[in-house]
Amino acid sequence: MSLDRSDVERIAYLARLALDEQDIPQYTENLSNILKLVDEMQAIDTTGVEPLAHPLDGEQRLRADEITELNQRDQLQKVAPATEEGLFLVPKVIE
Amino acid sequence: MHTKSLTELAAALNSGTVSSVELTQAFLERITALDPKFNSFITTTPEIALEQAKAADAARASGRAGDYTGLPIAHKDLFCTEGVRTSCGSKMLDNFESPYDATVVAKFKAAGAVMLGKTNMDEFAMGSSNESSFYGACRNPWDTQRVPGGSSGGSAAAVAARLTPAATGSDTGGSIRQPAALCGITGIKPTYGRVSRYGMVAYASSLDQGGPMAQTAEDCALMLNVMAGFDKMDSTSAQRDAEDYRAKLNDSIAGLRIGIPKEYLSDDLDPQIAERVQAAIRELETLGASVKEISLPRTRMSIPAYYIIAPAEASSNLSRFDGVRYGHRCDNPKDLMDLYTRTRQEGFGAEVKRRIMVGTYALCAGYYDAYYNKAQQIRRLIQQDFLAAFNEVDVILGPTTPHPAFKLGEKSNDPVSMYMEDIFTLSLNLAGLPGMSVPCGTVSGLPVGLQLIGNYFDEAKLLNVAHQFQQVTDWHKHAPTGI
Amino acid sequence: MEWETVIGLEIHVQLSTQTKIFSGASTAFGAEPNTQACAVDLALPGTLPVFNENAQRMAIMFGLAINAEIGKRAVFERKNYFYPDLPKGYQTTQLERPVVGEGYVDITTEDGSRRVRIHHAHLEEDAGKSLHEDFHGMSGIDLNRAGTPLIEIVSEPDMRSSKEAAEYARKIHAIVTTLGICDGNMAEGSMRCDCNVSVRPKGQQEYGTRTELKNINSFRFIERAIDTEVARQIDLIEDGGKVVQETRLYDPDRNETRSMRSKEDANDYRYFPCPDLLPVVVDDSYIEAIRATLPELPDARRERFISDYNLSEYDAGVLSAYRPQADYYEAVVASSSDAKLAANWVMGELAKNLNATDIDIRECPVSAEQLGGLLQRIKDNTISGNIAKKVFEHMWSDGGSADEIIEAKGLKQVTDTGAIEKVIDEVIAKAGPQVEQYKAAEPDKRGKMIGFFMGQVMKATGGKANPGAVTGLLKQKLDALCD
Repeated sequence: MSLDRSDVERIAYLARLALDEQDIPQYTENLSNILKLVDEMQAIDTTGVEPLAHPLDGEQRLRADEITELNQRDQLQKVAPATEEGLFLVPKVIE
Repeated sequence: MHTKSLTELAAALNSGTVSSVELTQAFLERITALDPKFNSFITTTPEIALEQAKAADAARASGRAGDYTGLPIAHKDLFCTEGVRTSCGSKMLDNFESPYDATVVAKFKAAGAVMLGKTNMDEFAMGSSNESSFYGACRNPWDTQRVPGGSSGGSAAAVAARLTPAATGSDTGGSIRQPAALCGITGIKPTYGRVSRYGMVAYASSLDQGGPMAQTAEDCALMLNVMAGFDKMDSTSAQRDAEDYRAKLNDSIAGLRIGIPKEYLSDDLDPQIAERVQAAIRELETLGASVKEISLPRTRMSIPAYYIIAPAEASSNLSRFDGVRYGHRCDNPKDLMDLYTRTRQEGFGAEVKRRIMVGTYALCAGYYDAYYNKAQQIRRLIQQDFLAAFNEVDVILGPTTPHPAFKLGEKSNDPVSMYMEDIFTLSLNLAGLPGMSVPCGTVSGLPVGLQLIGNYFDEAKLLNVAHQFQQVTDWHKHAPTGI
Repeated sequence: MEWETVIGLEIHVQLSTQTKIFSGASTAFGAEPNTQACAVDLALPGTLPVFNENAQRMAIMFGLAINAEIGKRAVFERKNYFYPDLPKGYQTTQLERPVVGEGYVDITTEDGSRRVRIHHAHLEEDAGKSLHEDFHGMSGIDLNRAGTPLIEIVSEPDMRSSKEAAEYARKIHAIVTTLGICDGNMAEGSMRCDCNVSVRPKGQQEYGTRTELKNINSFRFIERAIDTEVARQIDLIEDGGKVVQETRLYDPDRNETRSMRSKEDANDYRYFPCPDLLPVVVDDSYIEAIRATLPELPDARRERFISDYNLSEYDAGVLSAYRPQADYYEAVVASSSDAKLAANWVMGELAKNLNATDIDIRECPVSAEQLGGLLQRIKDNTISGNIAKKVFEHMWSDGGSADEIIEAKGLKQVTDTGAIEKVIDEVIAKAGPQVEQYKAAEPDKRGKMIGFFMGQVMKATGGKANPGAVTGLLKQKLDALCD
């Protein structure tokens, strides 16, 4: 499967990556090569095979509905780039 | 002192030959003196280490020493360490001092370990050479023009250079086993779910597993005793009792049935590596094991399957890096889109961006069936191959890698050729099976590894076989010249 | 052209668990920003989700209450998109395999009854909140709400009028509050409705293009928003335009809908099963154990009110809809032994006061027992209905039992006919002109004139005369003057 420039731009948008103009051809080529590699999968017949999402056939464990985490705002916001009055700041969010 | 294995150091501490503080100081000095050559550490933690060493000596003095009390450990830099930088080898987390400890880190702390520092790695664990690290390439102590392997390259190099007797690694497609092989040390990737992933920054959630890296199987068993166990903070943690992984090390392996996949020892394999692996097999036969050829027909398919599943999961796992709550943030974002795109463009390296994009693409509507779903189906077929094989044999053996360490820069422009290096290791992660690499010789002076693959939760057996192998060979004792 | 309206609702219900769906942080409303957002809620690197048992239980309760299939193997999926109130860069939700399958509720409006089919209901996590106050041109993000468990209830497009849509929403509200799985506080966002609205020429099979009206949080607004949107769509089509599939916001001040600046344009959510969570498996015995704990549902309670208390369909419907109110009502019945009187007062005076002070019945300053006591005094003629209202006002603002207030304020009804006669005589003596009018009027017109005299008698007795007794005596005395 070969990608073109507009595919790469769309993927970069979905992934919120601002690619440099000059890097786009390289990325396009790399991604196309990887997808060519991956296309080899199509040669295998997988009709009726159940996908394996988890290696171990487990079931989700349930947690008791009890408060175990108390206020840790100061500790956790130490690593935050921009806060004010306990809020995380981001460029204005327009609805 | 620095050449001693973890087990030997434990004995030295217990006999009072050396104190934990002395040991710690010795390793810290070695790191300072030698690591500039290898760049295996991103952060060293001398103050914390000496505090922990003092506490360990005190515990030992009052008779409260456990198996790991006072022994050094280095953590791969994707294990969150409270108050200490946890960078994942990335600019994105260069400024991130984790507010909490990973479960693995907490377990080592509780066991009295002494943390020397955080080791270098491929950025966000994506790579097989440690060349994609924001902190620069790590160099193989056997030949500093060559890669140590990846993504746990720093941990492997640090153990190989005897800067630490033990280091934690993580393995998603071979990232413990491959660098262990290229650096001539021992490493084990446990069964998926055996070691808690809480606090181990996620790359591919259904494939990642943390594990030990050290000089010997016996050392790895000691480490695994600390690391393994159910964790209620991790929904994928196996609800299964821990065991003493040293208990069966000395069991005889007479009657052990070994399987050699014909796909692993094909005509394509470098004959020198093939020869080293055959020699290792012969050693095991002299210990009473029997060998037969088996087949894992879908081995080759593990590459495309992995390179869809892992990037797909990674593309989602890495979406949280957006400059809002922690980590890198671009300067003066002019709007929300700018905040996201520029933060992520600046924070992530090329290989990470490639994998995010491949993963994003594979999950897009219209491609999900052909890529992600198909890969998960192939994954089940690969698991079936292994389960069928384990009906006939107890362990599966083969080379860990198709080549010894390659030169720095040799493959960094060709991602696909880099991916092909993982051919022997990927399929275990897809199936969730445990796998080990032990040194089994050199090719052109560079170490190569023997890979042992076990059935689910058979770590003790793998460690037993490896330990028996290491009783009759001494590859694991070899260190690079000058170390 | 005759048009038909087609409506489907997606209702988000916040479950009233103690903690988040995937972490142990509290969900209590009104806390200081980010004081209820732990490491998992902030999506710190390495953190992992663990599923809240109570959220599962509540979801199943809802499924049973709408007669739905319970999904015995539910799978959580990731819905990937970027927004500052979504810390992980994905929302954990359910898609292919939700916890609740197809069900239904029956609704009745003035236009008749209808069964509204529910396509499914699934569990998901709520996002945080953006505060749009200006922080030097920035927005502030509060993640306390991030991770609160929601069930999203998706109906089929079965509704055909805004009234039906509002009634359906009321029904869902009644069910979730009766089950005790949601506090039903729409002002606080506990229940939020998205309406999918389209129109088509009557008789046409195909659906028209629909728009989505987002985040409506009152039943009245649901009706109004749908009405204005339907009108807009019809106008648009009749003018030759086409309805664009889009999301719109309802502006209650202007009573119009407007297009939202699309935050998700060209979005591909790239759903895939969350690898950090395993399938949630439940068996029949688990489900049956939950069924045994279900309280009496609104429909059943309504039927019982009709049969046991002889209430009208309407009154029974109103009183049974909101569980706290239904419980209160039955307690009043128990302490007053008069279901009809209790119904009048709970739906009348009590509701009036609650609305005026904008409080929920659970915070009502007058207890059911107090009210019941008051109603008993009406029944035994100690006070009249009008005086009772005065007593109720005192109860509301100052507390106290009916007897205490009647005693303290001297409000006992005057029933002594001798005393009443005396007052009537005085009134008649003073009301010469009116008495003449009465005598001059036709006999069948005199009834209406009694009112004036009644008023005077009540005034003279401070409202305490028993109206029934007054009427009788008044008529007697007045008629006696006419002969």
